[in-house]
Amino acid sequence: MNDAATRKLVLSHLWVAFLAFAVACVLGEYQVLERSGFITALDSPSVYFASVSTHGVLMAFVLTTFFIMGFGYTIATTTLKQPLWNKPLAWLGFWVALVGVVLAAIPLLSGNASVLYTFYPPIVAHVAFYLGATLLVVGSWVWCAIMLVMFLQWKKAHVGEPVPLAMFATTMNALLWLWTSAGVAVEVLFQLIPWSLGWIDTIDPGLARTLFAWTLHPIVYFWLIPAYIAFYVFVPKQAGGYLFSDEMARLAFIVLAVFALPIGFHHLYMDPEQAKGWKLLHAIGTFVVALPTLVTGFTVIASLEIAGRLRGGKGLFGWILSLPWTNTMVLSVILSLLMLIFGGFGGVVNASYAMNAMVHNTAWVPGHFHLIFAGTTIIMYFAVAYYLWPILTKKPLVSNSMALLQLWTWFIGMSVLTTPWHVLGLLGQPRRISTVVYNNLLTLAWKPYEFMMIFGGLILLGSACLFVYVLAKTQFNTSSETCTDELEFAEPIHAVTSLPEWLNHFTLWNKVIAVLMAISFGYPILQFFFMDTTGSSPWGF
Amino acid sequence: MQSEPLKEKCSAGLKLFCSQLQAIHIDQLERKWITISLLVIGLLVGIMTLDALVDGINPPSKVETIDSASLHLSKEFAEDNLGVHVENGKVIVRMVAGRYSFFPKQISVPAETPVTLRWVSMDVLHGVHIPMTNMSTMIVPGYVAEITTTFPKPGDYPVLCNEYCGLGHNHMWSNIAVIAKEVWATRTSTPAQGGNSHE
Repeated sequence: MNDAATRKLVLSHLWVAFLAFAVACVLGEYQVLERSGFITALDSPSVYFASVSTHGVLMAFVLTTFFIMGFGYTIATTTLKQPLWNKPLAWLGFWVALVGVVLAAIPLLSGNASVLYTFYPPIVAHVAFYLGATLLVVGSWVWCAIMLVMFLQWKKAHVGEPVPLAMFATTMNALLWLWTSAGVAVEVLFQLIPWSLGWIDTIDPGLARTLFAWTLHPIVYFWLIPAYIAFYVFVPKQAGGYLFSDEMARLAFIVLAVFALPIGFHHLYMDPEQAKGWKLLHAIGTFVVALPTLVTGFTVIASLEIAGRLRGGKGLFGWILSLPWTNTMVLSVILSLLMLIFGGFGGVVNASYAMNAMVHNTAWVPGHFHLIFAGTTIIMYFAVAYYLWPILTKKPLVSNSMALLQLWTWFIGMSVLTTPWHVLGLLGQPRRISTVVYNNLLTLAWKPYEFMMIFGGLILLGSACLFVYVLAKTQFNTSSETCTDELEFAEPIHAVTSLPEWLNHFTLWNKVIAVLMAISFGYPILQFFFMDTTGSSPWGF
Repeated sequence: MQSEPLKEKCSAGLKLFCSQLQAIHIDQLERKWITISLLVIGLLVGIMTLDALVDGINPPSKVETIDSASLHLSKEFAEDNLGVHVENGKVIVRMVAGRYSFFPKQISVPAETPVTLRWVSMDVLHGVHIPMTNMSTMIVPGYVAEITTTFPKPGDYPVLCNEYCGLGHNHMWSNIAVIAKEVWATRTSTPAQGGNSHE
């Protein structure tokens, strides 16, 4: 990463991501406060739902997309040892996505797009919101194209050589995202935009939900894969050990990308427009995709154990203590795995087909995805940022202990926030209410948990501010100290010298995905053109 | 014939894939872990599938369409046909969801009796959940959401909208009284349209 122009490109992406994140954290704390009802002056559904919509868009679309793009450019240029292919195109992608964010932010912040980040037709938002979201996705497609081209160019120049693991995973993620975004792109381009402009009178919300479900599950793997890449390629090295298995890592990424796609109906379990056979098929697929995560858990823990023992750790658990807990990457992975265990357990409950009825759309669900996304995934984004910052800015991290404090507070805050959130769900609280006005005794049991969540949010907000402060302070430090660190990738115990083509290329998996998507979404989408359906006209909110 | 070489090509490819898969270096310990993982996944999927296929435990999935814009003109969901009915010995409940309540706003159903609830929306997307029970379904405009469930315990339960449906979403709720079976039977002994159970 000696190329200043590439470093600037990556830093620009990451700054957009983290500034969006900081704004969204402020909104998050406002939301737990408003929702609790302790401060009556705050009570306002219109502000609350504008805030929730903005929080969701910033966290789920802006933070993730820009982070993944910046991270991908870093991985591609360092692992392939090639300059970035077509830098002007990469900047074009950045600006298209950023213009999209600004375009969507205007109706969001002015309360004209309070449709939440999952859209929910037949409630309609201002057309600028849909256009902005589209531009953000188009910008990310530019990134996908650059990743695929760099992958193919490298393969052409290095026939028979294994593609570096990190780049293989990044390319699989780009492929995954192209497939993933197709569903929502069709919904937005052929349903929402023409309908919000009045070019068509009605749309079928059943079809819209089915198309969104196409996107809704694999999108979380698009967000998660960078965290898994850090697990496999950074963590073992930072812990002082080796990667347990390179091939298994590739297999895990392949199964993750292939099986993340055809399983979106677990978001539609409770929907009337899809039949039970299709839902069961998707439910089974959902359990299959747990496998690569279980394999990842094993590989990462095994890699950590190797490191712990190399550092002199003894006994069944003694190696855990001898890990370098003061290394931000190692601390992050430990906390990330802890949250993954609990979040994964909750995910199995959600995935369990008919059992989902007990928790569907209750507070349990945001509790679950905050634990697994804002916890497991985002803490690894922090770790990657702390690791990359000295390399990108050529300045040492301003304070390692501040970074450690930030990671611990994020973990504690997330635990304090999500535990009561899960409990509220089991006590029957719906997830998307801005305040409790039900005249029912049941709601009395909710109060203490809502109170706890305020503190969780407060700790998280403090942690988020500290994170941005450490990054800014590092980059704008005026001291003359320079840092010459380079990215270091973990070595596998058994170095791979040759690989079968299907572990080294995506063409086979692209075909497999096409077949699986045709099977799992073909009829469920086509049925809307055979059934006698009546569309919905747009409604305000 | 085109299909023969294609078949051969496929099976040869599959054989190659399998042999290459077996050649991958996988540590003994990792093999064990993968086996355990597969067994656990198999167990969970097995329970779920058996429940679905043998006991018929499925989420609400009746793909039935309706014109949500003209419910008042439909026979089934016309105003005087809503609420609790006993038809051929079965308890059927017809409910309309609309911003911001479920109509009728107060209904009574028997405990320990299978109750079939048919929900439709007259405007936007809604969801309905009766906390502490598995009476949960999305209500998508254009579709009838049907769910059959049994309420085990008598009591007064809230009926909550659990899908964002507009700025008044918080206020979207109604009540359901689950009444002991015997008591409910005496109340609805007249074979009326069930109108007396939701005054």
